[in-house]
Amino acid sequence: MNAPLNAAAENVFPEPVAEAKISARNVSVYYGAKQAIDSVSIDIPKNYVTAFIGPSGCGKSTFLRTINRMNDTIAGARVDGEILLDGEDIYRSGMDVVQLRARVGMVFQKPNPFPKTIYENIAYGPRIHGLTTSKSELDGIVESSLQRAGLWDEVKDRLTDSGTALSGGQQQRLCIARAIAVDPEVILMDEPCSALDPIATARIEELIDELRGKFAIVIVTHSMQQAARVSQRTAFFHLGKIVEYGTTSDIFTNPRQERTKDYITGRYG
Amino acid sequence: MSPAILILLAFGLSLAGWLAARSRAWAFKRANPAQRLASLPGYHGWYVALWVAVPAVVFAVAWSILSPNLVLASVLADPAASALPAFGFERQTILGEARAVATGKAFAVFNPLAQPLIEPFRNALHRYDIIGLLVTLAVALGGGTFGFLRLRPDFNTRTRVERSVMGILLVASLVAVLTTAGIFLSLLFETVRFFGMVSPVDFLTGTHWSPDPMAASADPGNYGAIPLFWGTLYIGAIIAMVVAIPLGLMSAIYLTQYASSSVRKVMKPLLELLAGVPTVVYGYFAALTVAPAVRDFGQAIGIASASSESALAAGLVMGVMIIPFVSSMADDSIAAVPQAMRDGSLAMGATRSETIVKVLIPAALPGIVAGVMLAVSRAIGETMIVVMAAGAAANLSANPFQAMTTVTFQIVAMLTGEGSFDHPATLGAFALGMLLFLVTLTLNFVALRVVKRYREAYE
Ligand SMILES: Nc1ncnc2c1ncn2[C@@H]1O[C@H](COP(=O)(O)OP(=O)(O)OP(=O)(O)O)[C@@H](O)[C@H]1O
Ligand SMILES: [Mg+2]
Repeated sequence: MNAPLNAAAENVFPEPVAEAKISARNVSVYYGAKQAIDSVSIDIPKNYVTAFIGPSGCGKSTFLRTINRMNDTIAGARVDGEILLDGEDIYRSGMDVVQLRARVGMVFQKPNPFPKTIYENIAYGPRIHGLTTSKSELDGIVESSLQRAGLWDEVKDRLTDSGTALSGGQQQRLCIARAIAVDPEVILMDEPCSALDPIATARIEELIDELRGKFAIVIVTHSMQQAARVSQRTAFFHLGKIVEYGTTSDIFTNPRQERTKDYITGRYG
Repeated sequence: MSPAILILLAFGLSLAGWLAARSRAWAFKRANPAQRLASLPGYHGWYVALWVAVPAVVFAVAWSILSPNLVLASVLADPAASALPAFGFERQTILGEARAVATGKAFAVFNPLAQPLIEPFRNALHRYDIIGLLVTLAVALGGGTFGFLRLRPDFNTRTRVERSVMGILLVASLVAVLTTAGIFLSLLFETVRFFGMVSPVDFLTGTHWSPDPMAASADPGNYGAIPLFWGTLYIGAIIAMVVAIPLGLMSAIYLTQYASSSVRKVMKPLLELLAGVPTVVYGYFAALTVAPAVRDFGQAIGIASASSESALAAGLVMGVMIIPFVSSMADDSIAAVPQAMRDGSLAMGATRSETIVKVLIPAALPGIVAGVMLAVSRAIGETMIVVMAAGAAANLSANPFQAMTTVTFQIVAMLTGEGSFDHPATLGAFALGMLLFLVTLTLNFVALRVVKRYREAYE
């Protein structure tokens, strides 16, 4: 069952409802014959952090990857339904996937910096999208991206070191900096803190909070506390469907579905 | 008696020992069902079988080395041997003839001096055969009895069998290592002899190569090996690589990144099949098909010196031959780049080919380089193709349409020539072989180190 955004607005959530950045309508995803997502519809707003929670294997990552069409890279994966980004169907034929992925960035569960220098890691996106015309402009993007990712002070003297030589938490911030370097509109994060310690996690959460003013952020997480801390909206997935979607405070303090309640109180795996 | 028969005998006895020991272990068990055997009955069997076989096989091998000398010594002690010439070739021939008749490999002798030696040979061979057989039997039975008598219900044969298995495996692996050392030493010995006649400086820096096996003394001016090194590098490391690196790399990229799994399942073994084609077949192909085509092409574009044997023909075919070496190493190392790296690039909006060029290949580069080094080492050691298609002329030229010669070709030519084995025109082959051995060893060593470091980087 899908709670539309307006339903959430009736609740105590103090901020006004924003217009939808991403609207999914009856999205189903199949891996070969196996269905992983079953007719999901959801509106994801601008300038908020939306959290996807749910038990392992329920399809959170799969659904997240439909938003930047990363499922295209998996042989045998098929997507039905439509996903609108600013009202434009990203699965329509003739859609430029390269452009789409420049607008919808992604941060993965395990930090995956390229085996290149820190500078080259950030410059990668701007280069392939031809965003800059001069070296100084590129330098500027590298610096501002690292700054926004809160990594600049730690790496400004070692931009030519390999990105893989950083600590796990630094690598993950590097990957966030890499994603924001192309100035996307949406950032998808799939369990971005699951490989990090609590201090590095806190840094990333702070960062997510700072970034939300600028981007629509969708984060998959297994940590209820994290969802409660960083997100304003939460969708609870179960068995390939969205069971409940609403403001985070509603979902956590006043879930309407029994299954949601069981899950967030830890009575459900 | 041949050592094979002695060894077969030892194995037969050891089977008997195995059966005997195992039934003894069962007997222990029946006699006292309450007590557990320290090892399973099968281990008791193996324990005794090893005690039978190992000493007997060791003796049989040693005997096969020792007994010909013993036979010879006893033949020479015979009064008839006093008529033999003291040294040299003739003496060896006479002894060889007598032995051949005695063992039934020949029916009559040419040299009358050999006739009286046949009987002593026959007697000595017979005597030492019997001795060898008896001692093998004694050693096998002695070992087996010793092992059998040590069997007790609480005697742990399992650990002892395990330990001897390790020993046997160690010996097996030493064979390869010792062979390498042996090759190296024999090359070294002959190489030193060669460098006693031709100075290493002349050899390594001279640019004129025309060894004359008939010349009474070596003219160091004829032993300048630079044209051979050049030909080897030009054919094996330049022309062949110009073919093999791009084709190998591109097929690896296609197979890992673009091909569907069903295409991959067919293409990969087919490609690897190329590596299994005997090089002599490539040789035909180079000499009969490619070389004439290359010559015609050269003449068509106005190169008068284009000859029917050319560096280009040999290099092209060699390049095709080593495509699988490059592609399978590149394939492995590209496939070893974590999927996360590829996803990261694609999620940035990079296209598939941008991802390959900017992320996958740089990440896989060490493995690719190692593959190329192995391929080079394979190419410069390759013989058949150059023998059949590159020519014998030691030209120092960059014109690929000209005939050129290589180190391997010259080794073949020198060793199959009519020179005697103490002439530099023959010994030079060992110096060349030594050099080739060192270069390929270094290449392989460095390549393996690179691959190892690379593996560690992604662990
Ligand atoms: N590449 C794939 N091929 C086939 N099936 C897949 C593939 N990826 C995921 N699935 C299946 O789709 C279902 C949803 O997987 P998904 O990875 O989206 O779950 P998830 O909610 O992200 O789980 P987790 O919390 O463990 O990451 C699972 O049953 C999974 O087995
Ligand atoms: Mg997941």
